[in-house]
Amino acid sequence: MTIFGHRPPLSAKIGILIVIAALAMAIFGPWLTPYTMSQSVGDGWAPPSGQNWLGTDQDGRDMLTRLLYGASMTIGIAAATTVLSFFIGVTSGFTAAVVGSWADVVLSRLVDVVLSIPQLILALIILGVFGSSIPVLILTMAILDSTRVFRLSRALGMNLAVLEFVEAARMRGEGLWWVISREVLPNAAAPLISEFGLRFCFNFLFIAALSFLGIGVQPPYADWGGMVRENAAAINFGMFPPLYPALAIATLTVGVNLVVDWLLSIDARPSGSQAEM
Amino acid sequence: MLRLISTRAALGVVTLFAVSVLIFICTQVLPGDVASAVLGQQATPDALRVFRIELGLDKPAYIRYFNWLFGVLHGDLGHALTNQRDILEELRPRFANTMFLAAYSALIAVPLAVGLGILSAIREGRLSDRLINVATLVAISVPEFLVGYILIMIFTINLGWFPSLATVFPGMSFAERLYVATLPALTLTMVVMAHMLRMTRNSVLSIMSTPYIEMAFLKGMSRARVVTFHALPNAAGPIISVVALNLAYLVVGVVVVENVFNYPGVGQFMVDAVSKRDVPVVQACGLAFAAVYVTLNTLADIAAILVNPRLRRRR
Repeated sequence: MTIFGHRPPLSAKIGILIVIAALAMAIFGPWLTPYTMSQSVGDGWAPPSGQNWLGTDQDGRDMLTRLLYGASMTIGIAAATTVLSFFIGVTSGFTAAVVGSWADVVLSRLVDVVLSIPQLILALIILGVFGSSIPVLILTMAILDSTRVFRLSRALGMNLAVLEFVEAARMRGEGLWWVISREVLPNAAAPLISEFGLRFCFNFLFIAALSFLGIGVQPPYADWGGMVRENAAAINFGMFPPLYPALAIATLTVGVNLVVDWLLSIDARPSGSQAEM
Repeated sequence: MLRLISTRAALGVVTLFAVSVLIFICTQVLPGDVASAVLGQQATPDALRVFRIELGLDKPAYIRYFNWLFGVLHGDLGHALTNQRDILEELRPRFANTMFLAAYSALIAVPLAVGLGILSAIREGRLSDRLINVATLVAISVPEFLVGYILIMIFTINLGWFPSLATVFPGMSFAERLYVATLPALTLTMVVMAHMLRMTRNSVLSIMSTPYIEMAFLKGMSRARVVTFHALPNAAGPIISVVALNLAYLVVGVVVVENVFNYPGVGQFMVDAVSKRDVPVVQACGLAFAAVYVTLNTLADIAAILVNPRLRRRR
């Protein structure tokens, strides 16, 4: 099997398989199960059976069904956040690199301040003021996350902005948007793609943590972090319900990381692009 | 060198100041309205107006900022919106609990991570190194709460050694506190250790490729001796800053872990305040976390300056 002319090693194949399975769950989940998200089908925390493969949750809802519905919520939010964060981060990062001078100074100092406190703490503060709804969650996480994307794309842009072909485009009188989208972006695509995977993992764990804390996705929606929280009490009786969604989160993160590791090994990242988590 | 250190310390103070502005902007200047958030949608316009004046929301933002900053510097963090209690009084014991938990985990994690990191650098490419590598990769990808629940499964349910709820109350003896906080501390240890270990290993290995190390090998020394006596002194700087950076990370990891084990610390307090939308409490907790984080980062840089032999001589 070759992808884009490269043969993935075993670890990457496992990663790709996990990612495809998770995407399938997120997209086709609701059609794969006979139950609905909030339908009670038995006692709370019933053990696995022929009808309920993973048993039921605290309200007697089918665990597997909740996991399938939760997949689209959790993965969807993480993906939307990452896309938005890349849009903001890459645009502002390249702008800072190409325009330079004051734009660079203002944006860079702003990012420095945001990065000097932990992301989770800042997110908690913002959610405390606005309350948590899904748009607020996505916007908050995307803006906070875009600071890291900014750092990387600014570093990449800096290296590209001094090259002759960018200079030539500027001399021709092309506008800022053209220079960014036609000259800089295509040449920075490879490192940005692997960064996308890493940022997705980070945002995915971030939304899971927020929901686990009870300030992310609110009930009745199923999402993996919230499911861990709802079923948390079962652990004291030695039962497994909170472990299923937690394991689902861990599996997808490991899967994406395996794919990213492979992408990184194909295309070693240029200097100055070590994004800290 | 003294100049370098004082510059770095001053930069830390400036950062803290900028961070306080940022926190203030997030809570007060952004279009969210605290008054209507607290009073709910049924509040009459009159009640809203009175409450806004009570909160000082009728004054311009920069005046409110300096009032707030002045209060914070004098130990007045304001009162909680939900129960009118003095925030500083509420925060102090919780802060002590959080620091206790963080210090407990650090005491386990740091020696273990640095030791294993050096060990895996000595045995690069061997089986033990590869096992450590895989284990840390998994530990990094796994959410904190899964680690916590797996530890509960093993140590509370199967072995019955430790309680799954880390309830701490005033008047508890030190030994009892240690016993109760063991599982949360172990969870935090697992989470930060992986990062610390990998970074320690990498900083030792990056020094292993320098010419003077090759020279030591060519003299016929054993790998263990070269690593401990030649590479390690020069890797100490990076390792110390790695450790301090991860301690800063640990202070944040506390938020989730405290909620898993119901440990009464700042993290739990803050999350509670966020769900009740008690903005002054959220603000105060955020500032406390930010202050610890910025201080540890500053100390990390200062420690790195101190152990760097090239900066030790007076110019």
